[in-house]
Amino acid sequence: MKALVRSAGFLTSVQDLGRPGFRQSGVSVGGALDTQAMRVANALVGNRNEVAGLEVTLGKLQLRFEDARLVAWCGGAFTVRLGDKNLPAGHAGLVAKDDELTMTAPQTGARAWLAISGGIDVPPVLGSRSTDLRGNFGGYQGRALRAGDALPLGRAKKLPARKRTVSEWKAPAPWATPGRAPAALRFVRGTDWNRFLSRAHTSLVMRSFAVTPASDRMGARLDGPPLDRMRTTDLLSEAVAPGTLQVPPNGEPILLLGDCQTIGGYPKIAHVITADLPIAAQLWPGHQVRFHEVSLMEAQRLLREREEDFARFRVGLSLHLS
Amino acid sequence: MRIEPLGDSALLVRVVENYGLESDRSVDAVLGTFGRLEAAAIPGVIELAPAYTTIGVFFDPGLTRFDVVKAEIERVLQNTEPAEPRAVTRSTIEVPVCYEDEFAPDLREVAWHAGLSAQEVVRRHSAVIYRVNCVGFTPGFPYLSGLPTELATPRRASPRKEIPAGAVAIGGTQTGIYPRKSPGGWNIIGRTSLSLFEVKREPPSLFQAGDRVRFRRISREEFERSSA
Repeated sequence: MKALVRSAGFLTSVQDLGRPGFRQSGVSVGGALDTQAMRVANALVGNRNEVAGLEVTLGKLQLRFEDARLVAWCGGAFTVRLGDKNLPAGHAGLVAKDDELTMTAPQTGARAWLAISGGIDVPPVLGSRSTDLRGNFGGYQGRALRAGDALPLGRAKKLPARKRTVSEWKAPAPWATPGRAPAALRFVRGTDWNRFLSRAHTSLVMRSFAVTPASDRMGARLDGPPLDRMRTTDLLSEAVAPGTLQVPPNGEPILLLGDCQTIGGYPKIAHVITADLPIAAQLWPGHQVRFHEVSLMEAQRLLREREEDFARFRVGLSLHLS
Repeated sequence: MRIEPLGDSALLVRVVENYGLESDRSVDAVLGTFGRLEAAAIPGVIELAPAYTTIGVFFDPGLTRFDVVKAEIERVLQNTEPAEPRAVTRSTIEVPVCYEDEFAPDLREVAWHAGLSAQEVVRRHSAVIYRVNCVGFTPGFPYLSGLPTELATPRRASPRKEIPAGAVAIGGTQTGIYPRKSPGGWNIIGRTSLSLFEVKREPPSLFQAGDRVRFRRISREEFERSSA
């Protein structure tokens, strides 16, 4: 069975939790820019964590379903309708055969992740169904979706053919709608922290930065007070990761996101903590962002807590879905 | 050897402190360490990303944490013998390159900078054996060391929006090949029709860190035949 794309919107692509294991061949980890949102949406429809869904940028996405499916989404403040019913973030909804789902532009934030029971069943490439948009492989024919595409859906538990409904139970708000304005991102010091002047350290935590239009899934380019280094010696390229805040010679930082290059030669002043990457994934040109320093211990504690909460959430949901 | 965090879900092992002139030794040291860490299969570690003097170690922060992985890496490196660099058994990869004008928009710039004729630049570029330091930037892009020092040319002041797939280029003291159409700031001196990255190939990248590479000059006719 399929989901037919009536309108693909600004940029919609098939994504899962990413494509680890090929960094040594230069392949980005990619995947949903907010893997937590993708996992939560999958959990809400009874999918395994690693099942592929859709990453929707800005909307407007319109899908028509050939059979009944559970759907759920997390992300920016989008408006999602199943026919005449509203589907809020973090709830599961039942779409009946021939029903239409519409996601319209968010009031805040930029991206959302939509899970469909059974998942998007495109062939995995290098172990993942994620679309590598620059490499043109993976996902649906290695590209962003277009109107007229027919997305193959995986097999899902047979659903009662009743009319569309929306669940009472829901995911916690920080997972379902992680966007905040202005965005505040916590960071740990980067490996090159000491290569920067102390006024750069001060600017990073005291001032706010504006996301510029040159941003994409590789990184959010930021405009603000220049973050100056001691001297501009060339560094040897080394591994970078989503969350790395690197600073090219012009002093304007780039916050790397999921599709970032595997190695880079710009100094790394900071790394946004993994627990805050969902907030980073909502950044869009014009948005303001601020940074706060935390310790590595704190960053790891936040993430461990989130993992424990998520494990409990999954157990709780399995009772609803059984 | 220093081990430092790269955010909260990765770390950097600094294998070599001074890259300097010993690029070959650096590559061997990094790859030797890489082999030992790969064989150790440290719990919670997802993947390794070797570069010039470092190895990026990515781990699942839900399963483990920085100080645990760091301690484990130190234990592994203390208790195992340095592995043979894996590229030793691979033969030199020959890359056919057409250096004709239409494929080499920056050859004159490089020649001017070196104070040599374009012919001489081509002769010297294709006369030596290079080493793949690492693969990165885009899938399959090899960073090669071993460029004759006189051919080193600074990157272009403003990067080109589009460089064709197969472009052979010089950026500073390095030379490399663009696997696919992409933006880039290196000086383009030729083109190859070799396919550097294919998802259906195992491994997908033609080049692996440590490989030896040489360029072979080919004519326009040979290039056209090979790309047909």
